[in-house]
Amino acid sequence: MPPLGPLRRAPRRRPLQALAGLLLALPALLAPPSLARAEGREVLTIGISQYPASLHPNIESMVAKSYILGFVRRPLTAWDPDWRLVCLLCEELPTLANGLARQESTPDGRPGLRLRLSLRQGLRWGDGQPITAEDLRFAWAAGREPATGFGPAEFYRQAYELLVIDERSIELRLDRITFAFASMGDFQPLPRHLEEPIWQADPRLYRSRSLYERDPTHPGLWSGPWRVAAVQPGSAITLERNPLWSGPAPHFRQIRIRTVENTTALEAQLLAGQIDMIAGELGLPAEQAAALERRARGRFVLHWRPGLVYEHLSPNLDHPALADRRVRQALLLALDRQRIVAQLFEGRQTVAHGPLHPLDPMHDPAAPRWPFDPARAARLLAEAGWTPGPDGIRRNAAGERLSLELMTTAGNRSREQVQQVIAAQWRAVGVEVRIRNEPPRVLFGETLRQRRHQGFVLFAWVSSPEGVPRSSLSSTEVPSPANGFSGQNYAGFRHAELDAILEELPVTLQAEARRPLWSRLQAIYAEELPALPLWFRQEAHIWPRWLEGVRPTGHLNPSSLWAEEWRAR
Amino acid sequence: MSIAGRLLQILLTTALLSFVFFMLIGLMPGDPIDLAIAGDPRLSAEDAARLRALYGLDRPLVERYLAWAGGVLEGRFGYSRLFAQPVADLLWPALRSTLLLVGLALLIAAGAGVAFGVAAALKQGLAGPIGLIALLAQAVPGFWLGILLIMIFAVTLGWLPAGGMAEEGEAAWRFLVLPVATLAFAQLAAYTRHAAAAMADALRAPWIRTARARGASEARIAWQHAFPNAAVPVITLIGLDAGALVSGAVITEALFARPGMGKLIYDAVMGNDSNLALLALLVVAVVTMLGSLAADLAQRALDPRLR
Repeated sequence: MPPLGPLRRAPRRRPLQALAGLLLALPALLAPPSLARAEGREVLTIGISQYPASLHPNIESMVAKSYILGFVRRPLTAWDPDWRLVCLLCEELPTLANGLARQESTPDGRPGLRLRLSLRQGLRWGDGQPITAEDLRFAWAAGREPATGFGPAEFYRQAYELLVIDERSIELRLDRITFAFASMGDFQPLPRHLEEPIWQADPRLYRSRSLYERDPTHPGLWSGPWRVAAVQPGSAITLERNPLWSGPAPHFRQIRIRTVENTTALEAQLLAGQIDMIAGELGLPAEQAAALERRARGRFVLHWRPGLVYEHLSPNLDHPALADRRVRQALLLALDRQRIVAQLFEGRQTVAHGPLHPLDPMHDPAAPRWPFDPARAARLLAEAGWTPGPDGIRRNAAGERLSLELMTTAGNRSREQVQQVIAAQWRAVGVEVRIRNEPPRVLFGETLRQRRHQGFVLFAWVSSPEGVPRSSLSSTEVPSPANGFSGQNYAGFRHAELDAILEELPVTLQAEARRPLWSRLQAIYAEELPALPLWFRQEAHIWPRWLEGVRPTGHLNPSSLWAEEWRAR
Repeated sequence: MSIAGRLLQILLTTALLSFVFFMLIGLMPGDPIDLAIAGDPRLSAEDAARLRALYGLDRPLVERYLAWAGGVLEGRFGYSRLFAQPVADLLWPALRSTLLLVGLALLIAAGAGVAFGVAAALKQGLAGPIGLIALLAQAVPGFWLGILLIMIFAVTLGWLPAGGMAEEGEAAWRFLVLPVATLAFAQLAAYTRHAAAAMADALRAPWIRTARARGASEARIAWQHAFPNAAVPVITLIGLDAGALVSGAVITEALFARPGMGKLIYDAVMGNDSNLALLALLVVAVVTMLGSLAADLAQRALDPRLR
């Protein structure tokens, strides 16, 4: 699970928000009608708070790019709004039961998988060329070549062979077994007829010479219900209906996507009617959306979608006090998370009791929980040898104060408020908190990665349904100079049984066989607390009352993947 | 120093600054691959090493600087990591947008500020109200004024857009009114105060008394005798503000969602896009130095004592 770092859903600085909230309150109900209405509702203008670094499907990994590409191209498979893996470009998901996935041995004798995938009939690029198995082969070959510079290359390393069976079908051979084999992630067709000559000329320069960068309005790059018609770098992308789209005809002739990074300005543009909707994937923070909901009730639909963004407190277990799990348990008992959510987020977050979202199919509601109980917290701390000193701060037998550092991303107003409340609640049970914040690039780029924090860091992970948290929990993933600081187990958590579960989970192919493993994982997590769970964020999707058919997902596959269902009433 | 000498000085300073900027950006915590690893768990140590080599980040900083400087001398400024485009292609639209926004604001602020300042110096009755306007301009935070203008003219009245850039078929000026007004008002105070103080000083000078004694009209005294002298500090101020023409106004640009140099530099620095940050910062430095040179030349033209 990636942390919510600066390259992804980076929390934007919102110093103007509080003031803006007050100023925007009065005229909210007096705003002029939406521009889209004036244009016969054939045009939909959407505001988002981030601009994509690239429109190439395989280069860089950003929520903004996923959202925009959702309109203009489709991946082979995706998690749908009901959190089920479905085929978008393929005809049928490969499973062991339907025979499209088979276990086999790799040439060097290891257990592997062979998958058969067939593209749907009638798929075409925007310039009329058919989408074929050769487009998949080119994407695979480019991904396998290290010099191409695709971001995560794990899939391409695993998929050691691709065989073109016929014009629409391929067979992929994977060098390992994993239950998530049908999820193709970033692997998707690339327009071979346009991109392969550029790539072949020099794979090292492909990143900058690709048509996705040099000529993003070329129709042959796109295959979705719309295609990119105009790009204003840093601020706007306009999409036009793609006449060669083979699926259900989209209602909107044009989709305009506007980037407004400052969320106060984003809200102002919504109220002024310059934009019709704000995408929840990259929209207003919960507290701002809740305030807007109160003020402009009736003008917009405000749909709250529980999401897979997991806010938590990550400890450094090398800290002598935090190495004792009783201290971690006491600190969680001392937190009134329900109250924080109610007071700071108007109840618009889902309190977390572990790393799995309650909507995740593998969530175990029977896993132990830590309710707010300061008296029990005090007892546990005393048991752990921390007793109140003359100033109320606890001390151990050596006279050391129970003093912890609490860090978060500087400038994130919401997290800074939460930090203050946590500090006060822990102070009430005799724990001193020293707040020290850093800009995201320093916090994620150095402090966390090199495990220099001396206490807790408040940040978020984002995951996919049934995403195995190996990178954040396995003892092999503790960042160190030896592994190039590449792991994400920033806590330094080590647990032999959990390590075994994390290895066993991916290779357990039957869902029902995985369920007890997931339950055990959640029980260990609740007992050991490698991180203190806070809450899962909810996305605030805001759209006009005349729009229907929007289905927010709450995970990394954006609602735009089903945008052809959107209609104006 | 001669103009050629000053230009040579600017050239050497730019070269030195390029090295300093490159080192400072390179020494900032978290290289692009560190950030990518933190943001994407699928990136393994192997991926990190591969991407570092691909970006040249595995080479010593000085070697990277020499490679960059060599490229610049051949007219290659490199690619932006954040936007996957040549940095020069990104810089120009941002520069154009900022020049328009900040240039118009500067023009209006300087024009109105000088007019107010001169009026305050010439007419005692106007000094109070103009002082109040200057005080307001100084005291009102730009972002607050911007939000207020958006609230009134975009959200409530719907006369002007709340922000963004004009698209095909839209009147560009409508998108400029609110951000230009916000910026110009913020800069008004300095020009008004400088112009008023300089004009008042000039009007007290002995040669003004002499002109009056010669029977010159008040208008002639004000515009032909006092104003050229009062203009010297105002021109210095404009010269100093020239850097802002290209460094942008990050808060105004963010508030009105206008892609410009301020936002570009901020994004480039925070996103560890060294090629883009470096070129943008150098452009700002060069324009600031050229602005200062232009102000010096203008002062020399106006004040014979400086020649």
